Amino acid sequence: MSSKNLLHRRAVLQGTAAIGALSIFGGAFAQGAGRQIKVAAIYTVPVEQQWVSRIHKALNGARDRGEVSYKFSENVANNDYERVMRQYAEEGSDLVVGEIFGVERQARRVAAAYPKVAFLMGSSFGPSKPNLAVFDNFIQEPSYLTGMVAGKTTKSNLIGMVGGYAIPEVNRLMHAFMDGARSVNPNVKFLVTFINSWYDPPKAKEAAFAMIDKGADILYAERFGVSDAAKEKGVKVIGNVIDTSSQYPGTVLASALWHMEPTIERAVTAVKEGRFEAADYGQFSHMQYGGASLAVDEKLVPADVVRLVREKEKEITDGLFRVNVNDAEPKAG
Amino acid sequence: MSAILDILASASFWAAALRIATPLMFGVLGALICERSGVLNLGIEGIFTAGAMAGWLAVHLGADLWTGVLAAALTGAVFGLLLALLTVPLGLSQHVAGIGVTLLATSLAYFTYRVVLPTASTPPRIEPFGPVRLPVLSDLPFLGPALFSQTPLTFLALTLFGLVAFVLYRTPLGLAIRAAGENPAAVEAQGLDVHLVRIGAVVTGSAVMALGGAFLTMSAFNAFFFEMTGGRGWICIALTVFASWRPGKALLGAILFGAFDAFQLRLQHEVAGAVPSQVFLMLPYLLSIAALCLVARRADYPKALMIPYVKGQR
Repeated sequence: MSSKNLLHRRAVLQGTAAIGALSIFGGAFAQGAGRQIKVAAIYTVPVEQQWVSRIHKALNGARDRGEVSYKFSENVANNDYERVMRQYAEEGSDLVVGEIFGVERQARRVAAAYPKVAFLMGSSFGPSKPNLAVFDNFIQEPSYLTGMVAGKTTKSNLIGMVGGYAIPEVNRLMHAFMDGARSVNPNVKFLVTFINSWYDPPKAKEAAFAMIDKGADILYAERFGVSDAAKEKGVKVIGNVIDTSSQYPGTVLASALWHMEPTIERAVTAVKEGRFEAADYGQFSHMQYGGASLAVDEKLVPADVVRLVREKEKEITDGLFRVNVNDAEPKAG
Repeated sequence: MSAILDILASASFWAAALRIATPLMFGVLGALICERSGVLNLGIEGIFTAGAMAGWLAVHLGADLWTGVLAAALTGAVFGLLLALLTVPLGLSQHVAGIGVTLLATSLAYFTYRVVLPTASTPPRIEPFGPVRLPVLSDLPFLGPALFSQTPLTFLALTLFGLVAFVLYRTPLGLAIRAAGENPAAVEAQGLDVHLVRIGAVVTGSAVMALGGAFLTMSAFNAFFFEMTGGRGWICIALTVFASWRPGKALLGAILFGAFDAFQLRLQHEVAGAVPSQVFLMLPYLLSIAALCLVARRADYPKALMIPYVKGQR
């Protein structure tokens, strides 16, 4: 297992080196239509983190298709972020992807200093001219739909939600989820706990246990650990951002999934064609563009609920229904 | 008010308190062994992380659970030996050496993880320790589910407290360790090697600390995540002061902290929405500070804590 992975990594490195050598010897040749652009990514957390794993997956996909060369730095502290950005820009990256929630001002300053490099950054704010575009996990639409599933399926009318930090990226999905549940079940009540950590599964698990003790029969799993508690106690969960249903068979009712591929593809194409500009890529995380999707376990969710949810999904993709975006901290009740 | 009593009267609350307390029990016991011999071990946070990684990785690579526990303890012992060499024979600053060991152990744990699993999208899961059923005890009403539905590592932690208390207060070895922390010259006068006693205590204490980390990845959860230790090691350093360097009080302190944490998780749901969530997150720490203020006035520091021993020096 491990040695295979190592070999795989080495093969990738050699592949990258070979491509590098090719472009040195055949510079003009490589400038054709199929030019491979250099992408670097800077993450403040390890690539296992749910949110970042989606970006990493999309970029790995683009690399595997031969569209880009891809390298990344993970677990970069915020106070190091500026330096790493500069380093990749100096190295001649065409596109730098990352998340600048903790370094909005500094990152924009760095981007402005390298106008020839394209920056595509996860951010709570808007784009900065001339070259810093932004994206975010705007997957409130499938979150709303999973809320409908939960609202229809709960028997105790009590749903528990365990979150990391109460930041807009988390809050808006929780609100959409709650709105969805309330739209089909006016009696539903919510328990909310934030554990103030992205990475403390034992703590998330304890928070989930406390909710199950209180009578919650469906948990909104924003963090690792919640599904483990649910599986142990035999209650159901709603997944978020990533699909973990294979790890917890019979536990995950539905998941709101985020797909970064549409965003990455558009940014890569724009860079290739030399027309990248400071834009808001947020909408490409909407269902309409394939940036978000709903996964339902039809073995666990009754057929009439699935039908109801699929109808609403169609309304959303047809542009007939808009899910409200609310970035405030969700309250229990 | 009745809601609070309901929480305290529920078996699941006490079970949660013990679960949350277990990593702290290992940590505070390890810190206590080190400090009783005169060495402050600020490598604890890193040793937690390294122990969490080593135990889980060993099991992931095919070892059985108890071999994993042993791997965690040995990893802790190695970092303990490094710290001991820096602080005891070399007599370097225990603060700086300790923080250095924390940084090194944490980074090495992450590095090893990434070298072994370069392309993992989620850390692989292991089959962790499950709760053990004890005959008779587990079937007791209330006490059964509250105290006797824990995993083996919790019982190991409780046993270690008894063992350490016995060794410290009832054996010549314990006397030598305590004396090394109070009056090392007296140990020397007995013909014992102060450095050897201290190195031994730090290595042993660090091995025990590492088990606290192993509990996180092999019992409380089933995978290793970066940063999952989450400051638990530092809490143990504070708990050692709270305990006034006594094993009995240390156990009490760890369980008290676990109970505060389990309590705030449940209290949140009783006053839903009326109080900001941050207040609850703060609560266990706030209560710990309050408890520290009350007992720290009478805290009985080992007299030679953080003072390197140089043979023949007056």
